[in-house]
Amino acid sequence: MDSGVIFIILTAATPLLFAALGELVVERSGVLNLGVEGMMVMGAVSGFGAALYTGSPWLGLLAAIAAGMIMSLLFGVLTLTLVSNQVATGLALTLLGLGLSGQIGEAFVGQPGVKLPSIAGIDPLIPFAVVLTAAVSWFLFRTKWGLVVRAVGDSHASAHALGYDVIKVRYACVLFGGACSGIAGGYLSLVYTPQWIENMTSGRGWIALALVVFASWLPWRVLLGAYLFGTISILSFVVQTKGWGIPAQFLNSLPYLVTIAVLVIISGNRMMMRKNTPASLGRPFVPDR
Amino acid sequence: MKKLLMSAAAAILALGAASASATAATKACWVYVGPIEDFGWTYQHHQGLEAVKAAYGDKVETAYVASVPEADSERAIERLARDGCNIIFTTSFGFMEPTLKVAQKYPDVKFEHATGYKTADNVTTFNAKFHEGRYVIGQIAAKVSKTGTAGYIASFPIPEVIAGINAFMLGAQSVNPDFKVKIVWANTWFDPGKEADAAKVLLSQGADVLSQHTDSAAPLQEAEKAGAVGFGQASDMIKFAPKAQLTAIVDNWAPYYVRRVGQVLDGTWKSQSSWDGMADGTVAMAPYTNLPEDVAKAAAETAEAIKTGKMHPFTGPITKQDGTVVGEAGKPLPDGDILGMNWYVKGIDDKLPQ
Repeated sequence: MDSGVIFIILTAATPLLFAALGELVVERSGVLNLGVEGMMVMGAVSGFGAALYTGSPWLGLLAAIAAGMIMSLLFGVLTLTLVSNQVATGLALTLLGLGLSGQIGEAFVGQPGVKLPSIAGIDPLIPFAVVLTAAVSWFLFRTKWGLVVRAVGDSHASAHALGYDVIKVRYACVLFGGACSGIAGGYLSLVYTPQWIENMTSGRGWIALALVVFASWLPWRVLLGAYLFGTISILSFVVQTKGWGIPAQFLNSLPYLVTIAVLVIISGNRMMMRKNTPASLGRPFVPDR
Repeated sequence: MKKLLMSAAAAILALGAASASATAATKACWVYVGPIEDFGWTYQHHQGLEAVKAAYGDKVETAYVASVPEADSERAIERLARDGCNIIFTTSFGFMEPTLKVAQKYPDVKFEHATGYKTADNVTTFNAKFHEGRYVIGQIAAKVSKTGTAGYIASFPIPEVIAGINAFMLGAQSVNPDFKVKIVWANTWFDPGKEADAAKVLLSQGADVLSQHTDSAAPLQEAEKAGAVGFGQASDMIKFAPKAQLTAIVDNWAPYYVRRVGQVLDGTWKSQSSWDGMADGTVAMAPYTNLPEDVAKAAAETAEAIKTGKMHPFTGPITKQDGTVVGEAGKPLPDGDILGMNWYVKGIDDKLPQ
């Protein structure tokens, strides 16, 4: 495997990693946000538009983050403050994002975008995703506030009784998730394929959601899952070009099969799984006044 | 207050794609597989809708549903039929069975399915001879490639795509009999990221000219980045790859749509199988760019010969991958053989996914 192929793999895996890391923190705080795809696609369209009009891809990236956060704020207001159903609201957020981004992006179609410059031949967001993985892991398992987040996700009643503001903690996590999805989307329209096309996320948000679960809510496993998924999908293309006669449909389904199989096997320890699953995941919290 | 806020917010979230429908005019409707802004396949169909609007004004009302997944298209088609559409164009191969199913339930509605092969009294099929364009770009590819290898990003192993690959290869072989093509099946019509991945892999495996049968401009962008060249798909994508696009196979559905909707208006619409090509203007080549003058000139000549019928991409005898020979010498393959093509020509190393 030459360095060129490795680079292609990293490029393909990075948006999944960003989105999944964000969702991991959200779910660790006990909130299930199924709107990743919607936040991502809004990040993609906003990032593209901002870069196009200002000429600065960095401002584009900021706009992508902001768009993801605004979407997640909407989700937060609905599910945390107004206590609406998280699953339904998350799905609605995805639909809203896909529709709204199509509207916003109508003027951007057919326009070549502005690419985020690479530093020393590497797109800076690729190493940043690894740094972010380390940071999330450190935060969740080595800091007091990380413990608070996990406590809120495991038993919001207990965390509340200890005097922590469950809703505020969850808001912070939801916003972080939105920012990460925003980066993931911006990565698509500013680095991966610098153009805007409706629906360009093509289901990556859903893959990210699945990665979080199969990685049993552990940041480094999310990284492993994302890279594995990227590796198998690129290698299946490489194998196709060799003309070895392996059916293409089989090769194209391999990334899903292998990633799920590997993550399920390493998460096989039931006790570990139970320890890591946020016990309050998806359960709304209404503080008694 | 909380409740009020919630329902307001829910209403905002539920903003759907509601479309008002009037009754007076004849209604022509479209079902698209992708977004109208894909700047490729669906975009070109939507240009056809716009042409119908421009041609008939108030006499025809139009409507469309975009980004309809093939597996879930029956609902979308049926909704349009129920909504009073008089003619419904379904524009993806995978819409074939759903279109026929809905057509049975609504015998008074006329259906037109693109790129399929099954017809009924109220179901017409229409397609374009894209392989004519692919023969031209195959010739160009063989002339400009230094490695003697092209990369081909394919979507699904359906006859139209296979015929495209074969025509490309026959065109290339007419220039360089040892030309190689590496094929990647992306298993999608539309996923810019995946298409870019496939392009990057092909370029890293020795291909220096890319052809695609998927719908986004992402592969061309990759070619541009890598200093390679390629061809636009469905629409002229020169803006995305000013240095890399050599030409594009442009679909122009407008004349067909205008004609067929006109036939609904004057009551002469009949079920048929239509297969237009370069001669009808449905398949056109974008300007030849980034090419040596002689290559551009030769390409234009080939296109002209196909247009006037002097030349046919599938002229017998053609040797299949397995060594058998089809076609009579000097005669084009019958249309049916091309529309149902499920074999590779000799010289393609790939194994056809079944």
